[in-house]
Amino acid sequence: MSAGRVIVQEAPFEPADVLRDFARGRGDVGAVVSFTGLVRDADAGPLVTMQIEHYPGMTERAIGRMVETAIRRWSLADCLVIHRHGEMRKGEVIMMVATAARHRADAFAAAEFLMDYLKSRAPFWKKELTEDGAEWVAAKEADEEALRRW
Amino acid sequence: MIDVLYFAWVRERIGVPREQVETQARTVAELVEELKGREARYAAAFADVSALRAAVDQDLVDDFSASIEGAREVAFFPPMTGG
Repeated sequence: MSAGRVIVQEAPFEPADVLRDFARGRGDVGAVVSFTGLVRDADAGPLVTMQIEHYPGMTERAIGRMVETAIRRWSLADCLVIHRHGEMRKGEVIMMVATAARHRADAFAAAEFLMDYLKSRAPFWKKELTEDGAEWVAAKEADEEALRRW
Repeated sequence: MIDVLYFAWVRERIGVPREQVETQARTVAELVEELKGREARYAAAFADVSALRAAVDQDLVDDFSASIEGAREVAFFPPMTGG
């Protein structure tokens, strides 16, 4: 088992490169699952830019705990979370989760668990800038409910 | 002295990202009451605490009755929107 990895950065990254390195040279796992989150248009209309604020220190700590839990609960061989902050444009990659396990059910479940927790328990706040102005994205009740299944 | 941090619209309403506060408060709720008594901008930011979350020393608290005794930093923010 690995300790997993958490990366919080402003710079863009290429998910295909990250995934290739994550999966490379592994004989211990039969499954690698990844999720990539992209910036999309705001519900209010076309997006100009998105700004993501975070809480340095707490962010790494909170995600680190989620990763530890996922590794233990689904016996993951490895786990990676990359999440960006700062300003980004439509279509840019915001974040990525990758999990590696012996069997796919564990890799899928762990990735979903991490996504549900990242949504409402990692200290990030999104602000959408459209032609009508800037607005903080409101948390959704459904995101909170999604945590109950775990 | 305790460091108080604000994020997202809480930071915008209060006007600073962090500040040092001299306080006798023993809980998050008591700290909120002290801050609200200071100036209108705090009262505006803390008007509806059900819309707010808090972290004590970088751990999210379940509710505002959480102790801040011995804490180095307390943060206030809206529900998180990561992922």
